[in-house]
Amino acid sequence: MALDRWIALIFLGICLTYGYTAWFTMDDGLAPFMRRNPVWPSTFPKVLSVFGSVAAFIILLGLEKGEEKIGEIDYRRLHEYKLGQALLLLGLMVVYALCLRPIGFLISTASFLLLGSFILGERKWHIMLLIALSATFVVWYLVQEVLGIYMRPLPAFIIALIGG
Amino acid sequence: MLEGILIGLQTALSFQNLLLVVAGCLIGTFIGMLPGLGPMSIIAIMIPVAISMGDPSAALILLAGVYYGAIFGGSTSSILLNAPGVAGTVASSFDGYPMAQQGKAGKALTIAAIASFAGGTIGAILLMIFAPMLSSVALLFHSAEYFALMIVGMSAIAAFAGRGQVAKALLMTVFGLIMATVGEGALFNLPRFTMGIMDLQSGFGFVTLAMAMFALPEAIFLVLKPKNLGDSGGEIKELRITRAEARAIAPIIARQSVQGFFIGVLPGAGATIASFLGYAVERNIAPKHEQDEFGKGSIKGLAAPETANNAACTGSFVPLLTLGIPGSGTTAILLGALIALNVTPGPRLMIDEPQIFWAVIMSMFIGNLVLLILNLPLIPYIAKVLAIPRNYLIPFILFFTLMGAYIGQNNATELLLLVGFGVCGIALKFANYPLPPLLIGFILGGMMEDNFSRSMQLYGGMSFIWERPMTLGLLILAVSLVLLPGFRAMRARATG
Repeated sequence: MALDRWIALIFLGICLTYGYTAWFTMDDGLAPFMRRNPVWPSTFPKVLSVFGSVAAFIILLGLEKGEEKIGEIDYRRLHEYKLGQALLLLGLMVVYALCLRPIGFLISTASFLLLGSFILGERKWHIMLLIALSATFVVWYLVQEVLGIYMRPLPAFIIALIGG
Repeated sequence: MLEGILIGLQTALSFQNLLLVVAGCLIGTFIGMLPGLGPMSIIAIMIPVAISMGDPSAALILLAGVYYGAIFGGSTSSILLNAPGVAGTVASSFDGYPMAQQGKAGKALTIAAIASFAGGTIGAILLMIFAPMLSSVALLFHSAEYFALMIVGMSAIAAFAGRGQVAKALLMTVFGLIMATVGEGALFNLPRFTMGIMDLQSGFGFVTLAMAMFALPEAIFLVLKPKNLGDSGGEIKELRITRAEARAIAPIIARQSVQGFFIGVLPGAGATIASFLGYAVERNIAPKHEQDEFGKGSIKGLAAPETANNAACTGSFVPLLTLGIPGSGTTAILLGALIALNVTPGPRLMIDEPQIFWAVIMSMFIGNLVLLILNLPLIPYIAKVLAIPRNYLIPFILFFTLMGAYIGQNNATELLLLVGFGVCGIALKFANYPLPPLLIGFILGGMMEDNFSRSMQLYGGMSFIWERPMTLGLLILAVSLVLLPGFRAMRARATG
């Protein structure tokens, strides 16, 4: 089965689950006075679940005749592309998300930019360091000092040590 | 009116106010380029500065400059990096980004600058002429009409429904609408589909979804299959637009300035709907061969939303200045600033404090001109972003997508959602599902449900559709916008 049909199948599952919640469980806790309204919190979701399921069925059953298009990248030959780099970068983003609060903006961002370039094959450490550090500091200064949006710059224990 | 114009010019052309317009435009442009910081947050940040000045005209002139600058800056990141940080510039990325990929970044930015200037300027002229009259027309629009207007805005999905893609575009739109129902709705105040997760109470963030659907998959595709962003390798070959191109976009600019302005006048509609609607209308009335170009780097597809969103920004000042009703989140913040400065906008503003009313309008002309003068010479330098080696540029794009999501919500969970949605976006892109309809559905979903529910409550059912002629008219327009291209294609086939 082609990828677009697999995705349609997943969407169908989501629409059915969503529809089940909207049609059968969502209104259970509704206050009696709200039940007299012509529109309930589930009204719009009910309509959406029907439309979504119908559209997913059309794709799944191949009812709409269209030419099969291979996109920019042929997913069936994914191994021929730089898959490792892409996965590493996605992993790095997850690590960044988990580290941003505990180790602070400056260290996590500089490391993210440095490792990001490294994963992509850059080996000029002096340039990478210069760019990563200066960009990190400029963005932090702009966001925190100029725009006033708080972002902890360093880990809490270092801030405590330096008396911040 | 002439007297008012003279009063306005006198105030707006003072040295201090001229400096404020320039400063506002510059600040707005640069901060607007950062994904995640839309005009609303930038204006909110600038309010203490504006209030500290004490002069309402000067404060409003500064904030209006920031507003236009931010919209312009948002278009730049949409065009160059496919990272629309503001809902109003999403439609600009549909054709602006493909143009940048084809090595026409300079031309795309020039068209954006000219279209924005024209939209803003024509909007200001219309504001000057029609402001008092339009405020009463805007009040005729009720929730039923707004609901119908959202449907018309969604007819933009037709623009993405290529051969064999109608069901996919529809599914993506419905999925965007489904995502918009997650969290507490404005009307019911009940958490829905949150699965008990506290972070989902306020729903998904727009910037997170926009970055995950546009910027992140694009950056990952660049990693998978390395290529330069813009095949000119950073050299700006095309900056000027040819006479033929100018002739092609002129009628679009004229039409969308007017259409965008009138949509901006409606409280609650604003730049986002204006830009999608502008795109949809122009795509659907274009000849068949030009329709196929939309979404692939069409100059018309870029000029339409760029003109419409700026004209709508100007239009949104009509209810603010004449009725004291904020037409959008941004004008709500402006209203707050005005009240803090002891100015009460409303029908008497024009009579009691004409210097404020007219100075704001005059500053719009000056602000748009300043943006054009400042940005046109800067375009070659701005477009150089694409010449940065990919080993450095891609981590920066990924970092800005993360920052956009983080700044918007100040929540690290949002970053994990971003990566999760990003992976889904990549899979959808592999399978050739059009991603813009998903975002259109998500952006318009909340507003659409609120207006639909209000209309249902008011009329006790669906009767509002046939009982309100304007609603019926708009719904017929929406259906014809979707059906017209198919009908024309059928007729073309029949005539051979």
